Amino acid sequence: MPGAEHFAAPPNWEWWILAYFFFGGLAGGSYAIGTLLRLAGAPADQRAARIAFIASFIALIPCPLFLIADLGTPLRFTNMLLDASEGGLSFKYWSPMSVGSWALLGFGLFSFVSFLGAVFTPFRGFARGTLGLVWNIIGTGLGFIIAGYTGVLLAVSNQPVWSDAGWVLGGLFLASALTGSAALLLFLARSRRDVDAGTTVRIEAADRNFALLEAILFVLFVVSVAIAGTLTKLLGLYLLLWIVIIIGLLWPLAMTRLDIARRWPPVTGPVIALLGVLALRALVIFGAQS
Amino acid sequence: MAQLEARPVGFFTDTSICIGCKACEVACKEWNQLEGNPPKFLADSFDNTGQLDAQNWRHVQFIETIPSAATNGGGAPIVNTPTAAGGQAWLMLSDVCKHCQQASCLEVCPTNAIVRTEFDTVLIQQGVCNGCRDCISACPYGVIGFNEKTGTAQKCTLCYDRLQNGMQPACAKACPTESIKFGYLDDLHKAADDRLANVQKAGFKSAQLYGRDASVYGGLNAFFLLMDKPETYGLPNKENATLPSRNNLPGYLGGAVTAVAGLVAGVLAFRNARMSGTTVEKR
Repeated sequence: MPGAEHFAAPPNWEWWILAYFFFGGLAGGSYAIGTLLRLAGAPADQRAARIAFIASFIALIPCPLFLIADLGTPLRFTNMLLDASEGGLSFKYWSPMSVGSWALLGFGLFSFVSFLGAVFTPFRGFARGTLGLVWNIIGTGLGFIIAGYTGVLLAVSNQPVWSDAGWVLGGLFLASALTGSAALLLFLARSRRDVDAGTTVRIEAADRNFALLEAILFVLFVVSVAIAGTLTKLLGLYLLLWIVIIIGLLWPLAMTRLDIARRWPPVTGPVIALLGVLALRALVIFGAQS
Repeated sequence: MAQLEARPVGFFTDTSICIGCKACEVACKEWNQLEGNPPKFLADSFDNTGQLDAQNWRHVQFIETIPSAATNGGGAPIVNTPTAAGGQAWLMLSDVCKHCQQASCLEVCPTNAIVRTEFDTVLIQQGVCNGCRDCISACPYGVIGFNEKTGTAQKCTLCYDRLQNGMQPACAKACPTESIKFGYLDDLHKAADDRLANVQKAGFKSAQLYGRDASVYGGLNAFFLLMDKPETYGLPNKENATLPSRNNLPGYLGGAVTAVAGLVAGVLAFRNARMSGTTVEKR
C-alpha cells in the first residue's frame, strides 16, 4: 500500500496550543475521575473527588487564555461562538474547532459549579444530591469532549501524521488525559495528609488501567502513521520525547512494583507520568509540523 | 466595462505555454498590495518565491525533470533530448488557490469567515477571520498563509474586487502568453478540452487536465493542463485528494469508544480496590 502524499502547509500551532492541549486534557480528565470517584468510589474517596473537581476547574482557567493568545486577532475570539458574517450563533458540528469552542464554554459552566460545590459549604448540598450527580455525569461527557476533541481537531486536517492517524488521535489524547489526571490526583493526594490511604491505592489502580489503555492506543497511533509512511517526521531529535512518553507510561504500569522506584519520593511517579502526557502532545504537535 | 454575471468563474492555467516570466506574480502583488517576503536565494531553479502563502497568491513553479541514470541504461544522464516522450523537461506552472468545489478550508473554518461568493469562488473575509489557522491545516495545496501584520489567513481572492467591477483578475490580464485564462467555468472547460486534444495530438501523451472534472475535490474552479502527473507539480492525485472531514466520524467514534473504555477502567479500578479492602497504610 503506497503511503499518503501531503502537500499541506503547517498551521504553526505551537506552544500556546501545546499548553492548551495539556491543561484542557487535565481539566476534562480530572472531572471524569472526580465523577468516577463519586459514583464508584468508597465514602472515604469523596475527599479525593472534591480535589479532582477543584483541580479540573483550576486547570481549565488558563485554557481559553491560551487559545485566545494563539489567535492572530485575539479580540475576535467571540467569532468562534457568534457569526460575525451573518449574525446569530456560529456552530458547525463538522468543524472540530467549532465543536470544541462550544464544548469549552459548556464545560466551563459545569466545572465552575462543581468547583463551587467542592469548595464552598453552601453549595455542598447541591453537589452531594441527585441533581449534583446528574450535573457531574453531563459535565463528564463534556469533559471527555474537551480531553478528546483536540485529537480529532488535528486529525480533521490534511497534515501528515495528524490526518494519517485518523480515528486513533482523539482516543489517544483522551486516554492520555485520563492517565495524566490520575497522576495529578495522585500527586495532590500524596501531598496532603487528609486523603485516605485506600483512596490513593484506588487511584493508583485506575492510573494503571488508564496507562494500559493509552499504551494500546499509542501503539495503534505509531502503526497508523508508519503505514502512511510519515513516521520519519516523528524521529530524529523527537526520539527524546519518545523516551519521556514511554517512561511516563511504564511508571504507572510497572515501575511502582519495582523496589528501586519505592526508594524515590512518592510524587516522582506522578510527575514523570505528567511529563509523559506533555511529551506525547509535544511529539504530535511539533513532529507533524517539522 | 460590462458587469460579470453571477455565474461560476475560474482560471484555466495551461502549463504547456507558461514561460515562467512571473508577470502573474507581479500583477497579483501590485493589485492586491502584497509586500512580498524578503528576497532570498532558494537554489531551486529559477524560483525565488518558494511557495504560496499570505504574501504570494501566485507562485510560478519551475520543475526540472531530468531522467535518472538508471532510466538511461545506467550511463550518464541524457541531456538535450526532445521533451515530448520522457526526456528532459523544464516544467513551469503558475500555481494559485484552486477555489475547490469541495473546499477543505471552507469546511473546517469555525467562524464562517470563509465563504463562497456569487462567482462560486472561495473567499476569506478579512473582517471576520480571527487567525485560528485551521484552514491552513486543512488546505491540501498549501495555498493559505498567515499574515503576521493583519493577524489573519490570506490567499488568492480571484480578485473579487475586480470581478465585482467587471474586470478580469490581475494575473490573467498580465499573462503575456495567455497561459492563465479567466472566464466563465463552462467556457473554460470547453477551451481546456480542445487544448488537451491538440496537445496530445502533438505527441504529449502524458498531458492531462487536473481539476477539470469532479474527481479532485468535486472539481476546481482554477484548473490546469499539466504536462506530467500531478505529483510532479506538488498536487495531490485522485487517491490523495482527501477532505479533512473524512476523519470526523472515525475520530469522534474512536474518542467515544475510548471514553467508554476509560469509564470501565476507572470503575473496575475503584470497585476492585474497594472490594479488596481499604485498610492500607499511607505511604
